[in-house]
Parts: sequence; structure tokens; C-alpha cells
Amino acid sequence: MKVLMALSGGVDSSVAAAELLRDGHEVVGITMRLWGGASDTGCCSIADVDDARRVAQQLGIDHLVFNFTDDFDRHVVEPYVQAHRDGITPNPCIECNRHLKFHRLSERADLLGFDAVATGHHARIVEHDGVWRIARGEDVAKDQSYVVHMLPQRELARTMFPIGHLTKAEVRERAAALGLRTAAKPDSQDVCFITSTGGRTEFLGTRIPFRRATVVDAIDGAVLGEAESLEMITLGQRRGIGLPGGGPKRYVVDIDHATATVKVGDDSMLDVTEMSVINMVWSHDAVEGAVLVQCSAHGATYAATVSLAANGSVQVQWQQPQRRIAPGQSVVFYDPTDTFVLGGGIAG
Amino acid sequence: MSAFTYLDHAATTPMRREAVDAMLPYLSEQFANPSGSHRFAREARKAVDDAREVVAGVIGCDPGDVVFTSGGTEGDNTAVLGTVARRGGVAVCPAAEHHAVLAPVEQLHGVEVPVGPTGAVDAATLADVLRSTPDVSVVSVMAVNNEVGSITDLAAVAAVVRECAPAAVLHTDAVQAPCWLDLRSITPLVDMLSLSAHKFGGPKGVGVLVVKPSVRYAPMLIGGGQERERRSGTHNVAGIVALAEALRLTDAERSTEVPRLAGLRDQLVDALCASLPGVHETVPRSHKVAGSAHLCIEDIENEALLFLLDEAGVCASAASACAAGAMEPSHVLAAMGVDRRLGLGALRLTLGRTTTEADVQRGVDAVVASVRRLRKATA
Repeated sequence: MKVLMALSGGVDSSVAAAELLRDGHEVVGITMRLWGGASDTGCCSIADVDDARRVAQQLGIDHLVFNFTDDFDRHVVEPYVQAHRDGITPNPCIECNRHLKFHRLSERADLLGFDAVATGHHARIVEHDGVWRIARGEDVAKDQSYVVHMLPQRELARTMFPIGHLTKAEVRERAAALGLRTAAKPDSQDVCFITSTGGRTEFLGTRIPFRRATVVDAIDGAVLGEAESLEMITLGQRRGIGLPGGGPKRYVVDIDHATATVKVGDDSMLDVTEMSVINMVWSHDAVEGAVLVQCSAHGATYAATVSLAANGSVQVQWQQPQRRIAPGQSVVFYDPTDTFVLGGGIAG
Repeated sequence: MSAFTYLDHAATTPMRREAVDAMLPYLSEQFANPSGSHRFAREARKAVDDAREVVAGVIGCDPGDVVFTSGGTEGDNTAVLGTVARRGGVAVCPAAEHHAVLAPVEQLHGVEVPVGPTGAVDAATLADVLRSTPDVSVVSVMAVNNEVGSITDLAAVAAVVRECAPAAVLHTDAVQAPCWLDLRSITPLVDMLSLSAHKFGGPKGVGVLVVKPSVRYAPMLIGGGQERERRSGTHNVAGIVALAEALRLTDAERSTEVPRLAGLRDQLVDALCASLPGVHETVPRSHKVAGSAHLCIEDIENEALLFLLDEAGVCASAASACAAGAMEPSHVLAAMGVDRRLGLGALRLTLGRTTTEADVQRGVDAVVASVRRLRKATA
């Protein structure tokens, strides 16, 4: 097949390209230029593009850079800023996968006559009776099925994860054996457009006005203090909410965005028995009944029962009470054997 | 290279065989440092000074005005940064200049002058800016735009600069000019002028900065005091010799090459406009150099188009690439007021000495087929 391989400049995509070549595919490497601003988190930098180019040279494949900065701004950065303004905690990396890696890039690949798009994610795509599924990667600790959960059938049919059957250690071994310069490169961390020096505060502070928040006791409503920026506060947060140290541990258990009020209380107050999930994308057909639910990139899964609501959202009934998930976070459903993705959406 | 159709001469030109031959002895047996004091060094020095005379003859200046550099960026940077470092004051340039001029002007918090719809600065607009900007020390205006090929009326620019900012140094980035314009008509108008050898069949990494005797600037490179203390560093003897040979031949062939390539360019653009709807010539041909075709193609993303052209063996370009190698929305088109969406479909096809009618035909065929394919896929 003629495959467009997304080379990030990291070790996983480097080895993925090599795997594709070994399997006899015709491969063109491509690096997406997504964020045009400052970055120091080891993602999407010019040095990464250099690494991607060098790996492509070492493997003997063509390499191009596509400039998707406009799309990235529109689909990832602007919604990220807007979400914070609205009191929602978004996951920009998932939105990047959804809109850039598996939509914009697929579209471009189609246009240019490629049969498939490949990435270096630790996940697998399996087909059974004509139905495509995303399965967890071989390396459970590095599994990334959560961040690619949004692929529907038509995308799964033309997407490849060539290193899903390898552990991270095996990936590094193969990179070293091939003499690829990315063999020992650390994994990228954090959000590419948030610098480690300035953090979220600096990034958002230049884009939206921060509102002061009144911090109150969740039970009796007594005013306990004031936090500097409502938009920076997330459900379940304990530090940085303007409360003096000492005393019982108090967590953010509710945020009333309209009145700029943050309610704090005991962590048990975060426990819920159900949640609603919106913007659902099912891998194949919609599912009801027993599932396993994962609510963060490398988080644990918890048993629940799901049912479909009339408006297309999904109602999750936890088997055991769980901590409330901040609105905006991605919620992914797996089959009861914890093998493959059923679908996922956004915590409402 | 025979399998390729090279239509990217504004990016770089194939090196002339004569230039390669001229430089080879200085890459092998004649390796001496021209600043040395032995006879071997004197031979190298003679080669550099012979080259300097040839270059001065083509440019229309005194040999003493010729400073050999590492290329266009060094010349541009030196003219802007070096002048302001020496004299203070404000740097001024049009908004469609090459980044080698724009970046230093921006770094010095200088002034950018709006350009007209052809990409060239209008003398009246420049006059307004110069009159309202006190203490202008350097004005840098390109002779030919590298992206869209428009020619600046440097006589008008020079008249305005002398009248409105008489103390200012006038520099021109003439990197795209030698194949198309007689430099002897430009040099008398300006105080400084930059060239780059690889744009006219010479090697990469060598260029010329013309510095008129009245001009004082702070050199970017100091040390051994070469080039009359205007540019230190051991001479790139082989590169300088090759530059001179390439420039001499380019100058000698210009009067036949310009009409030949203008004809081929017209053929190329006419065929594309006739075969494809929604193709816009960015700058009227009367305002451009002969070898430049710049088009904006509706409903096309040039990244995709360039990929298909590359697959078809046609080397073309869009705008300038960023540090990462990605296509960037062109600052030139933005300065000209071209709609951003239309600008995404910008395609630059540039012809040169090696371009044949067959190249043009292959270029037309590939562009037409690629554009049709992309439009069909997105329709």
C-alpha cells in the first residue's frame, strides 16, 4: 500500500515507518507543523522536524512538512481557550488527534492518492467480520488507545498503527538497531503550545481575562477566601485556590461559573454514581450495558453500565461511586475484557 | 536531473559548467591563502583580484567597491545592521522585502513601507514615510522581488531617498536581478548592492556586497581585516572565481536569454490560463522579470499541488518555507493585499538558462493534470 506516515520526530513514529517499509509498503514521511508559537515541551519544535527529516533520510523515504497551523489554531487552540473561558477543562491532544491527525491528514492523504495514514501510536487496529476496532497496544503502560478512541469505521479502515504490537522497549531496541537518531529520545510531554516556563497561566492570561473567584464551603456556603483566576481552577483541585494551609484537606467539588463561585469540601463530596457523556463517537454501533470506562490518558478503568439518552448522549452508571470527572475531559468506553475501544465522548 | 523539470530558478540555479571548471583548480592544487606573503599566495590573490575586476565591470562600479561575502543574506544583513550600528538612526524597507532585509529591520524596530499591488514599493508612498520618519540612516529596497518577480523602479526610489532622506544610505537587494536586468543601470542609483552567486549559475555560499566609497558601516565580521577591513575572513577563492565567471557569462548572454525566456514564460502562463479556470496572474507581466511566472490558483492548497508536481518530476515552489520547512502564508502576497485564501493557491514557476520548450510543456501538463485532480477530489 501507499502509506502516508506521520513522523513526529519521536522514536515511536520513526520505528513505525521502518515497520511499514519492512512490511513492503510504499512510505512517504510527513511532519505536521501545527503550533507556530513558542514551545519547549519537546513536541512539534523545529528540532523535532529535523529529527523526522533525518530519520526519513536514514530510512530512505521522502519527507515533507505540511503546514496545518491555521487548522490547529482553529480546531485546537481556540477551542482550548474558549473552553477555559467557559469553565471547561479540555484535552487539546485528543482534539488534535481528532481534527488534525485523523481528519485533516487523512483528507490530504486521500487527495494525494495514498491508501492509508499511519502514526506511531501505541494501539492496534483489528478487523473482525468486517468491523474495525481499536485495541489496546501491546505495551499496557504505554497504551494510547484512549487518545485515538475517536476513529470511526471509515477512518479505522484507512489508518495504521505499525508499532501497536511492540512494547516501548522493543521500539527503542529496533530504533537503536537501525541506528536511528531518535532511539534514545525522551517521550514528548505535555501540551505543545504551553511552555514549561510560562505554563497554562501565561498562555491563557494573554488570551482571556481571568475572573476572581469566591471560594466557599460547599456545605454551609461560608466564604473561605478568594482565588485569583476562576478560569484556571479545575474540579478536584486542592492547591492554588487561595486557601491557607493546614486544617483538613479541601478539594474543589463544584464550580459555578456564572457567579464565579468555587465550592470546596471533603474529597468524598466529589464522588458520584453517574455521569453524562456528550459528543459521542462510536467505533461501530452504539453500545448499551456493561463496559469499562477510562477517563484519563493512562488512568485505570472502572466498571459501569451505559445507556443511550434520547439526545445522543450516554448515561454512565458507575458500579462503585467514582470521583466526578471534570467537564471537557474525554471518557472512553472499552469492552468488559478491556481489550478494545467501543467509543468515547466528552464528560458533560 | 534529466528526469526532472526544473522550474525553480528563483530558488537556485544549476551551476554553470564554466563556473565549476573555473573553481576546480582553487579546490585542489591552487589552495593558497590569498592573504599570505609567498608567491603561491600571490597567485591566489591575483585570482581574487581578477575576479573583482570582472565583477566590477559587470556591476558598473569600481573594483574597490566590491566586497566578497558569503551570499545575499550577509550582504542584506550587513547593509542594514552594519549601517545602523555605525550611524544609529532608523532603518526603512518595503514590506515585501526578502526576510534577509526584513528581519534585521524588524530587529532594529525600523519602519516597513506598504507596497502596491505589484509587490513593488511606490515612490510616493516611500516619500511620505521618509518625510514623516526622522533620522533615517538606511533604506533598503529590492530590485526584483524573489517571490512574485516584480521590478522596482529604483530610479524613482533613489530620487525620493535623495530628496527626502539625503543622509540615508540606499541599499538594494539585487539578488534576483543579474539574469534579467543590466546591473550597470542600477548600481549608479544606490550606495550599496547585494548579490548571491547561486542565483546566476555560480556556487552557493558566495556573494558580493557593493559598497560605494562614501559609505561607512560597522562590518559584521571583524578580525583579519580582509576586503579593506570591510569583511574579515579568509577569502573563498574558488567561490569568488566561480562567481565572477558565472556573472560574466550571465551578463554576456542576457540580451539573448531575456527574450527567449520571456517567450517561454508567456507560453507557460498562457497555456495554464487557457487550460484551467480560476488561474490568476499575480503581477502583470509588464511589471515583472522575464523568467518569473507567479500564479494564484483558486480552490487549491499549494502544499498538495507541490506534492503532486514533485511526484510528476516538476520542481516548483510556492512561497518561502519556514525554519521547519513548511510552506508559510506569503508575507509578500499579504503585503500586496492578495486574499489569504487565494494566496494558499500560490504557485511560483521560475525559468532560467537551462529551461527549454519541452520543460515548459511538461510543466504545463503536470500543473494542469494536478490541479484538475485536486479540484475533482475536493469538488
